[in-house]
Amino acid sequence: MLNEKKKLNKGSLITLIIILVFLIATIVLENTINPNSLLFTVIRKAAVYSLVAVSMNLLNGFTGLFSLGQAGFMLLGAYTYAILTIPNDVRDIIYYLFQGSSFHVSTVGFFEGILGDTGVAAFISMILGVIIAIVAGGLVAALVAYLIGLPVLRLKSDYLAIATLGFAEILRAIFQWDKLGKITNGANALRGYPTFSDFNIKAENGATVLRLSSFIPLLFAGICILVIVLLINSSYGRAFKAIRDDEVAAEAMGINLAKHKMMSFCISSFFAGVGGALFAMFASTVQAKTFTSAMTYEIFLIVVIGGIGSISGSCIASFLYIACSEWWLRFLDNTQYINGTQLPLFRNGFRMVVFSVVIMVIVLFFRDGLFGDKELPDLFKKRRVKKDGE
Amino acid sequence: MLITVLTSQKAPAAAAVLVGKNVAIVLGSYGSGVSIAASETFKNAGVAAMGITCTNPNVTAGNDHYFRICFLDPFQGTVLANFAAKELGAKKAYCLGELGNEYDQGLISYFTEAFKAAGGTVISDSFPTNNSDFTTYINKAKSEGCDVFFCPVSIAYSTQIVAQAATKDVSFAILGSDTLDDNMVLDAAKGTDIKLYVSTFYAEGGNADFDAGIKEYINTNADAKTANGGNDTISAVTAMGYDAYFVAIEAIKAANSTDPGAIKTALPTVKYTGVSGDIAFDDIGDAKRDTAYIKTADNDNAAWKFVTQQSAK
Amino acid sequence: MEFAVSQILSGISLGGQYALIAIGYTMVYGILRLINFAHGDVFMIAGIMMIYMATTLPLYIAIPAMIICTVLLGFLIERAAYKPLRAAPRMSVMISAIGVSYLLQNLALYITGGQPKTYPRIPWISDTVTIFGARTYVVTLVTPFLVIALVVALTLLINHTKIGIAMRAVSKDFETSQLMGVKINTVISVTFIIGSFLAAVGSVLYFTNYPTVVPMSGAMPGLKAFVAAVFGGIGSIPGAVIGAFIIGICETLIKGTDYAIFSDAFTFALLIVILVAKPTGIFGEKTTDKV
Repeated sequence: MLNEKKKLNKGSLITLIIILVFLIATIVLENTINPNSLLFTVIRKAAVYSLVAVSMNLLNGFTGLFSLGQAGFMLLGAYTYAILTIPNDVRDIIYYLFQGSSFHVSTVGFFEGILGDTGVAAFISMILGVIIAIVAGGLVAALVAYLIGLPVLRLKSDYLAIATLGFAEILRAIFQWDKLGKITNGANALRGYPTFSDFNIKAENGATVLRLSSFIPLLFAGICILVIVLLINSSYGRAFKAIRDDEVAAEAMGINLAKHKMMSFCISSFFAGVGGALFAMFASTVQAKTFTSAMTYEIFLIVVIGGIGSISGSCIASFLYIACSEWWLRFLDNTQYINGTQLPLFRNGFRMVVFSVVIMVIVLFFRDGLFGDKELPDLFKKRRVKKDGE
Repeated sequence: MLITVLTSQKAPAAAAVLVGKNVAIVLGSYGSGVSIAASETFKNAGVAAMGITCTNPNVTAGNDHYFRICFLDPFQGTVLANFAAKELGAKKAYCLGELGNEYDQGLISYFTEAFKAAGGTVISDSFPTNNSDFTTYINKAKSEGCDVFFCPVSIAYSTQIVAQAATKDVSFAILGSDTLDDNMVLDAAKGTDIKLYVSTFYAEGGNADFDAGIKEYINTNADAKTANGGNDTISAVTAMGYDAYFVAIEAIKAANSTDPGAIKTALPTVKYTGVSGDIAFDDIGDAKRDTAYIKTADNDNAAWKFVTQQSAK
Repeated sequence: MEFAVSQILSGISLGGQYALIAIGYTMVYGILRLINFAHGDVFMIAGIMMIYMATTLPLYIAIPAMIICTVLLGFLIERAAYKPLRAAPRMSVMISAIGVSYLLQNLALYITGGQPKTYPRIPWISDTVTIFGARTYVVTLVTPFLVIALVVALTLLINHTKIGIAMRAVSKDFETSQLMGVKINTVISVTFIIGSFLAAVGSVLYFTNYPTVVPMSGAMPGLKAFVAAVFGGIGSIPGAVIGAFIIGICETLIKGTDYAIFSDAFTFALLIVILVAKPTGIFGEKTTDKV
């Protein structure tokens, strides 16, 4: 045991290779087959949801804090991103009911002012502006999480869940308030900001040379998830797991409960905010109405299906969940015929019923989810052969 | 192919399904929120979309792929305000919309502007989503002495408002937009003395052939009858859907192909006289409409009665 | 004057309806330590069942039939979704509850096709009457009295019957009650049956007052009823009822002001304040955690 060096073991290496293959395959596929295929919508949405699911897993699965406020933090991240990147010239059109926005700062515009606004310079300005806005979204979410966490984090699990749910609803009400309309556009959607398809590399005449619109969300989400993985494997991560397993014992061991809980809550909310900004890029409209507690429940179900305490589980479950609910099960919504006679149950809405039943089956019979608390590299680990006397 | 979408969150994925099936043109949606949310997907695929009854200006503003055949909210809000001020003689209006709903809030904003310009005062409120209890708002309107209650909200809420107002001995008239033009709202008002006025795209009696044909279809087709609320009253969305379909066919004829790009270029040139009136597109992609129909509910017969054709002047 | 009376009547009626749902939440939580997220949706399904039954059966059969079916539904949910997970960690059971809630909402959406449905008019309670100059439904006046009567009956049940003693024992200490020979499964089933019965009665009162039913009709009232239960002291039935009336009245009063959009947010803010200041609620008892 003492001879084990800290290097990538076989399992991690294989996982890394699989991920790289997946990324390259996405780029290749998007440039060869029909780019409007549902496959790419699924990949984009799944990438965004997997980041939010991992952030929720960090909080619920690794630290044991049962929080249902993710939708609220996504809301903060999405709005911050949108407000900071809407181009200044369309701002007043989008804020049409409030006679223009009171906020005329666009990060993309800022960089365009420095670097130039045509060709490659524009592209680089956009990338820089987008990244700064996404990070800002995460920071705003983390800041609000800090403020919320102060009173709320000492509550017991069920009460924490309801309190965070309540805060998410309060945030939503505030963002829909028309007195704040000059900043948030009230009930109306924010649009016009850079989305994933703006990352497609275009030639001079406007024709698309290289499609990156599905690769980019995977890249952004991947980087964030990598950061979370590194965090989990650090001493902070071990502290979180100790708190999850037995709070009293952890405190006895010298772990500062309040500080670590707050850290986990803020970091999780930061990434939920980033996830929200990415969701804004996916949906191309941002409206407070979409960030309901139903969205939090969806993320929660993804975390459960993947396995509470497993990051690779959350990612894979996210892809499966989105693929099933948006794509593979769609045939259930259409009337089906066998030999000309109409089958009785198939009509609009059947897909969601079947889906809900599948979720119940998983929750009841596969309680640990897909991965339990193991990770993907563990699948590929060499099995140690037990020798006599060991 | 038909896809039902209830929230704008699901719209991009639903749009992707349609686009993935290589449709030539999209007819939809009934609602502005869903249309706006799906718009980017259609734009990226180069497919033209035609809004049927989505009235928010942002559906067509700033893009060249979304068209619409109905009138817009600024127009509709102004028409209703003029009707309230001039025909109903109202001085004070109470406006109620769903919180976070762009359609409701947008219409209220245009109504308020026009009503104030006509010399009236406006009180407005928003209720949270999935709210069922409207008695408080009705009480408020009543105690403030409002003459009209403007609630451009969806059917689930408007039926509640009408039913609850009926118990309260109200003197104000209830004013609604095209979303209240529905049989369920008529049923809620049946047998009461609520005065209900709605603005709409089409009133039964505008085209006799169409009316007869649709009624026959509804009465001989059980699913259609259930979807229509169990009777054969013709709602405006039926007429508009019908017109949209034929405008799409005209576009395909004009383009002489089913290629989405060709249809998109051909669409602005289409002129068609449908059951809901003349349809021609302007350079933003909106239909040139200058009148709306105002109907009132005939509570004894649970039917609509045509009142007037109101313009925005 | 008329405005104030109308508001208070609305508030009391709303509070009473929340109370009936809140009792279901507080009883289940007291015994199982489970927030039964599906309870609000059982309430909604009761409404939908009534709509469909009333079209084929006469009302005096439809109402009892609906109540029996709702009770059966509550019982089935407990057996199918919560019993297998009794030994599992708390989060698993909550997930199951959320899953059941999701399933019920989607079922309702599928069956109704997404169209809002109108609740049948029940004679007498749907009639209107005038009190102090304000016109309102009879059901608004009936609700508080019915709630109080049911609470009294329930309290008698809990304090003076064998099953009531069993319920109180189980809510104090789950394992020891089992050791003492209390039939846990029976107690839990009875709890859910009582909760579902109250939800069914509550649905009749609620939907007579607000006659349109959509699949989401149960979610918010359910959540607010839970807030009421926590506010009053989880595990305490009188507390849940008083909490529900307070929340109902406050919500209605806020809707009448300029800050009407914050009516839902206010309920949650109240919850957070009480959780931070006095987590056991107004009437709750402090329990110590043994390590």
